[in-house]
Amino acid sequence: MKISVTINNKPAEFDVMPDEYLADSLRRYGYLSIRKGCDTGSCGLCTVWLDDKPILSCSVLSMRAMGKQITTIEGVKEEAKECAQYLVGEGAEQCGFCSPGLIMTILAMKRELVNPTEQDIVHYLNGNLCRCTGYVGQLRAVKKYLGVE
Amino acid sequence: MRVVNSPVSKIDGMQIATGAPVYTDDLVNNALVIKLLRSPHAFARIKSIDIERAKKVDGVEYIFTYQDVPKKRFTVAGQSYPEPSPYDRLILDEYVRYVGDEVAIVVAETEKAALKAMKFIKVEYEVLEPVLDFETAMNHPIVVHPEDNLEVNFDIGMQKGKNIVAAYKFEVGDVEAELKKCDTVVEETYYSQAQAHAMMETYRAFSYMDHNGRLNVVSSTQVPFHVRRIMARALDIPKSTVRIIKPRIGGGFGGKQTAVMEFFPAFVTWATGKPAKLVYDRKETFSCTNSRHAMRIKVKIGSDKEGNIEVIDIEALSDTGAFGEHASTVFPLVAEKTLPLYNRVKASRFEGQAVYTNKMPGGALRGYGATQGAFAVETAINKLASVLKVDPITLREKNLIKVGEEHPILHGATTKPSALTSSTLDKCIARGKQLINWDAKYPREIIDDTKVRGLGMAVTMQGSGIANIDTASAEIKLNDDGFYTLLFGATDMGTGCDTILSQMAAEVLDISMDRIIVNSCDTDISPYDPGSYASSTTYVTGNAVIKAAEDIRQQIINKGAEFLGLAPKSTQFEGGIVKSSDGNKEISLNEIAQRLSSSEGQDQLIGKGTFGSETSPPPFIAGFAEVEVDKETGQVDLINYVAVIDCGTLINPKLARIQAEGGLVQGIGMALFEDVIYTDKGKMATNTFMNYKIPSRKDIGKIIVEFEPSYEPTGPFGAKSIGEIVINTPAPAIAHAIYNAVGVFVTSLPITPEKILEFGHPQGAYPKL
Amino acid sequence: MITIKDYALPDTLEEAYNLLNKKRSNTVLGGGAFLRLGSKKIGTAIDLSKLMLDAIEETDEFIEIGAMVTFRQVETDPVLKKFANGILSQAVKNIVGVQLRNIATVGATVYSRYGFSDFITALLALDTKVLLHKRGLMRLDEFLADGAKNDILVKVIINKTGRKAAFNMMRNSQSDYAILNVAVSRLADDWKVIIGARPHRAAIAYEASKYLSGSDLTGESVQQAATIASKELSFGTNIKGSREYRRKISTALVKRAVLEVLA
Repeated sequence: MKISVTINNKPAEFDVMPDEYLADSLRRYGYLSIRKGCDTGSCGLCTVWLDDKPILSCSVLSMRAMGKQITTIEGVKEEAKECAQYLVGEGAEQCGFCSPGLIMTILAMKRELVNPTEQDIVHYLNGNLCRCTGYVGQLRAVKKYLGVE
Repeated sequence: MRVVNSPVSKIDGMQIATGAPVYTDDLVNNALVIKLLRSPHAFARIKSIDIERAKKVDGVEYIFTYQDVPKKRFTVAGQSYPEPSPYDRLILDEYVRYVGDEVAIVVAETEKAALKAMKFIKVEYEVLEPVLDFETAMNHPIVVHPEDNLEVNFDIGMQKGKNIVAAYKFEVGDVEAELKKCDTVVEETYYSQAQAHAMMETYRAFSYMDHNGRLNVVSSTQVPFHVRRIMARALDIPKSTVRIIKPRIGGGFGGKQTAVMEFFPAFVTWATGKPAKLVYDRKETFSCTNSRHAMRIKVKIGSDKEGNIEVIDIEALSDTGAFGEHASTVFPLVAEKTLPLYNRVKASRFEGQAVYTNKMPGGALRGYGATQGAFAVETAINKLASVLKVDPITLREKNLIKVGEEHPILHGATTKPSALTSSTLDKCIARGKQLINWDAKYPREIIDDTKVRGLGMAVTMQGSGIANIDTASAEIKLNDDGFYTLLFGATDMGTGCDTILSQMAAEVLDISMDRIIVNSCDTDISPYDPGSYASSTTYVTGNAVIKAAEDIRQQIINKGAEFLGLAPKSTQFEGGIVKSSDGNKEISLNEIAQRLSSSEGQDQLIGKGTFGSETSPPPFIAGFAEVEVDKETGQVDLINYVAVIDCGTLINPKLARIQAEGGLVQGIGMALFEDVIYTDKGKMATNTFMNYKIPSRKDIGKIIVEFEPSYEPTGPFGAKSIGEIVINTPAPAIAHAIYNAVGVFVTSLPITPEKILEFGHPQGAYPKL
Repeated sequence: MITIKDYALPDTLEEAYNLLNKKRSNTVLGGGAFLRLGSKKIGTAIDLSKLMLDAIEETDEFIEIGAMVTFRQVETDPVLKKFANGILSQAVKNIVGVQLRNIATVGATVYSRYGFSDFITALLALDTKVLLHKRGLMRLDEFLADGAKNDILVKVIINKTGRKAAFNMMRNSQSDYAILNVAVSRLADDWKVIIGARPHRAAIAYEASKYLSGSDLTGESVQQAATIASKELSFGTNIKGSREYRRKISTALVKRAVLEVLA
């Protein structure tokens, strides 16, 4: 089935199966920053934005993206780099496999929350699992990035 | 020091953080997809397999069964040759030994086709009674490995007819006699679970044949050189025909020290000549790979009235599951990383076995037996403190090993007694005590009618590499434009070893890090390294890198002097270039490099270094937990966790800190959340992140890490290891804190709210404290 | 792994209803996240996205939550954050992460009558009805007993009776499913005590509710009501906890929720 989408601000046409999930379609179309970590909607690695909202692309049928705007980390490169500098500054990227999904969630949070507290940050990012860092360094990085005391 | 001991960022950090396609599955081109048909039974013999209908599914290229594979048994444990793990596997076997064991290899154009074909494979099983309880596996009438072509490289105490894979005994002094003389003896049995690595990137590999007819395997592995050897044996082909390439790794934690699945694509490609890839899903990663060895550990500790520990007696039983990967080497660490801490005992003993069962195999996981040992022994020490009514810190101060003192297995089972050359454990304890506010809060603080806070602590040690066995090499090449390539076979799985090893090289070569390219790992190119495991990379590979850097520095001094028309001793090496001693003449690295690579110089400079250690100097850690327990529900909130660490010199304080924080949280997961549950038919029920709960951001409380660096004389710039030790203290320290809160020592991991309530009644009938 | 043959985006509820009833294998899509965990073979997947069911609307008497409203909307909606002490927002906010809550829908959760649901437990403590396309309005407890029977759930409608409410749950890891959840509400002398994730579907503890409604609400009565609740409902064992453990902690959770409502 052919669907028209906007991906990273450019119109595109994807040919997808009705039972294909967005993460698989995106990887198939070369968006390799999308990682799958769990098969159960539990880990947050595959986070992209659908109409500017962070979603798990592993759990949204590709057909649902029809007519919508998809944003991957490739589409917010400069902002992602700025955010990544803070993560890397704390060593909190470690293996890096979950970082693109985390950064997409952080950037969504930046748009959605005004003056978040530490607690708000932890709550917003709780769907992004990480096995390397123990989260503490990531929190330090995000607080510095957002200027949270 | 200029570059060493500074918090530089990871050299690959920005690329991987922003989604660069540099992991195994990002690099695959046009490969056939492999899916594996797995056994639904815990133990069965395959009577027949009918693949005819499945083969006809559109897009299916090949289906292989046990009749199609080589008959030579091998091990997938990533260990130096001769591996202590038994050769007890085949690529596919007539027997399936756990739920999830592989039955057939399906190769298709698409995943969908492979999955569809799998449904049409008809397997007739002779279902056998499985051995599921490891405590009754020994001498069980059912034998997990009845085959007669299982091999071991040397005696590991195997008695396979009794399901015993390995046995080990160590004794100093007369334990029974000394126990009788003790004023106080505590005794307890502890259980630790088969923790999952849960690295975010699941297992994956792909393979292809190259222009020279050689088998290339690209794998997310911690041990490329071991994988090369394992592939060669599994496929029964010469090692020289195999090449292993390791791209970026999305986490390992020891899981990828075992080559759990590379042999499937390798076999398919070798058999068919076609590129093939295999990516495990999360369920397969949880239930069909490897985990920490579940263990039962009995501990007996005797002391006098003053709290001088006289005897430690440990008995361990390790569940290695269906195959013996790391079986013989994991459980001895229960003793090797606990007994030396309390070196003043008059007698100590360790006896243990690893047994086969019909469950997923155990393997290497961060801590490697030391973690299980720390939970048991440190909890028993804490119990002793409570029986003696002494402060557990005082008890430890009285008994812990100090610099200059010896213990027979301080550096592992294979070495001679030797002395402790570096430790600030006493300072770690003192600092941790301050940070957790021990004097004000120990043992407990009543919050309200239902909530109590408690404090607990534990100390542990690990090693730095495997003494007298693992040996690493490094090379440094001067390139024609005056920059270096650093080559090694250690594997950065997020730990940052590419960065810290190039920090070490940059330090010796007195040059900025951007002039050093890191290359790791391609077995055709990289110098030999066992890989990254056993807390070895900083210490073992680090020392090799220093040697290689010193080697090439001398070569550069010699060449620079020659070009300057001076004797080497009339020159100095400064800022990465060669100058005359008076500083009047100099030659740049760039110029040396260009002249050497021209017809004038005709000399490619390559520095090399190889290092293997006679000792495995232990890092130390003191961990302190503050928990809040809800007496009515048993819920535990971790409020604070303090860890103070002696890992010698910090090569990179930032990366050491993040390693520590990450390891602590894995330990916290093991202590509180990560439950492994099998059904009574032997199927793992906790095979998703929905049911196997690694800690989330909300579960960890406040984590405080500090360092008290000693200087290890044998270490690179005085460094010891950090990777593994950090996982060891949370389980015993948290168990202790819970005890101090509500008077209940939970002796099996994880310590769930339900277990706490089993001991105490919700209406407050906990033991009187 | 699920399979889907065809995908439909009906323009009207009637069209969706007819499609659903055309073939047994046809299925209405919610967010798609839980669906994926099963192995259903779906003929036509029916996507309700075009039917404007994604709004939370407040009138003088009711709050209406459309079937396609996501948990994240429930969590952040200014009305729901306050309504009935915000228990609906409270109940959904710990479910996995923001990204999943941006997908999971109210309709699919209620329609599927998941036993582990925190949201249903909270809804049940309020004066809630569901609107089905054919069968019309139905009380939530009746719907939970009866099921959707191939009808289409259009919206959830809550009567703004002015109940005070509290939601409470027990999770080990904070990102886990609840081992048990409890909602309690009070409207004058009328109390409702709900226990869910037992692990069976959420249910009203009628005896405990009745006892509380007629009691003096002293500490002892509250304890008594909690004990009654823990005895009248059945509990079961699953991977998250045993029957005995659930029963034990139900007393504490009910007691605390009642006290919170009284506070």
